[in-house]
Amino acid sequence: MNTTHDPAAPVAPTSRPARGGARTLAVTSGKGGVGKTFVTANLAAALAARGQKVLVLDADLGLANLDVVLNLQPKLTLHDVFTDKATLDQAILPAPGGFSVLLAGSGMVEYSRLTPDIRDKLLHIIDLVKPRFDWVLLDTGAGISDVVLFAISLASDVLVVATPEPTSLTDAYATIKVLATQQERRQVGLLVNQANRVGEGRLICGQLQQVLQRFVGPIPGQTFKLELMGEVRADQAVRQAVLKRQLMLEHYPGCDAAQAIKALATKLLG
Amino acid sequence: MPAKTLIDANALDLDQALQLLQQAGALLPDEPPRSVAWLQAVLNALCDLSSKDALTGLVNRRSFEMSLTREVDRVARSGEAALLLILDIDHFKAVNDTHGHGAGDLVICAVAKAIAQAVRPMDLVARVGGEEFAIILPSCATHVGLIVAERVRQRVAELSVEITPGEMLGVTVSLGGAFAPQWVRSSTLLWMERADRQLYRAKADGRNRTCLEPQIDSLVSAEEKGMLFTPLNLDTQQDLP
Repeated sequence: MNTTHDPAAPVAPTSRPARGGARTLAVTSGKGGVGKTFVTANLAAALAARGQKVLVLDADLGLANLDVVLNLQPKLTLHDVFTDKATLDQAILPAPGGFSVLLAGSGMVEYSRLTPDIRDKLLHIIDLVKPRFDWVLLDTGAGISDVVLFAISLASDVLVVATPEPTSLTDAYATIKVLATQQERRQVGLLVNQANRVGEGRLICGQLQQVLQRFVGPIPGQTFKLELMGEVRADQAVRQAVLKRQLMLEHYPGCDAAQAIKALATKLLG
Repeated sequence: MPAKTLIDANALDLDQALQLLQQAGALLPDEPPRSVAWLQAVLNALCDLSSKDALTGLVNRRSFEMSLTREVDRVARSGEAALLLILDIDHFKAVNDTHGHGAGDLVICAVAKAIAQAVRPMDLVARVGGEEFAIILPSCATHVGLIVAERVRQRVAELSVEITPGEMLGVTVSLGGAFAPQWVRSSTLLWMERADRQLYRAKADGRNRTCLEPQIDSLVSAEEKGMLFTPLNLDTQQDLP
């Protein structure tokens, strides 16, 4: 009889961060207003519900609105950490949904440009938080500015959120192309939000992949893969949650969109 | 009163370490033997020895990988372009097979010396495998990278290695290179892989040449935009009630 190993005992406590630190995932979109922050916040809650220690870092330094989505009134933000007015521990706040957030301020013009100072501070903060969490989600700003691309570069994985609208798809494509060509990304995840019908996500992903193959493919020997990570269909509950500034996963856990976000979490956890 | 030393320096068996240093031709420290300063100097000499390639005196693979990691982080912070070059001696197996390993070693040493003379003072040259070398070129603009790489290639091609008295052998190298993505904290593995791929290209294109990874345009053309929607539009129309 083997007394040293109890099969009922947990193999590895889920609260302990993975070796080498947290998995880092940047959530970005190209076009604004496609539900990037909403997806990030609810994904964080879905991962937390699976026993993961999650931190959401609002990397949209100039126009942050994670606090708005989560209905938080933060006294301390990344800005205070950057300016030594608060310690990192003071600025990491609990959020509804069982995860932690590191919020950024809004309207800080000085963060609209990427200075060496900001770069250094962000790299430092990422290095400090990685050993303490299982997941660090970076909610980036829209567009492909230096600040956005740098924020994305801090993460090992990228999730691009797009809606079926032509402008969103074009911007998502441009973002993915920049990531493939300038950041050596070999794989990027796609989440199609506000899908009109089942299967639209797969259709869009196939379409983008086809154009990418044609125009990003010619690098000898390099393959690029756009992976469909999920499809969130347009859902009345999403609208309600957004307007009431509630976490969809807490208030409408049974709705289709919540199921889709949970499925995304499951896929990310492999 | 606090103890001055935690270990008895005279109890240490340093024979092997000193023998190793002597064999490598390292100068033994002048400090009084077994003093703290002397021990420190021995340790420093051992560290130095463990970072170097025994045959060429260049930085070895282990030390190179540490430098590459540092360079990746430096690029992420400074945004300065950096180039990684990987070089391989052309048809080296034939040199070994025809003239013996002694001749092969002479060729490797001659190439190592030529590379070291052709690079810029701040570049790091390493021997990373049998006949494979790597160079890290920090703060290196695109056009400068190609100039240095070509200078290395030409310097090697001008070599005439005396493998036995009176018997001279010509040698060439192929070079592959890739720039680190600016502002991005990439992985050393990916960077090596990209440079390696260019080396294969240089070999396939006929050797004795330099291939740098082409800069790719990330602009989205009208053609791409058009392609993004063509079949999607069709599909939407078909699905309309």
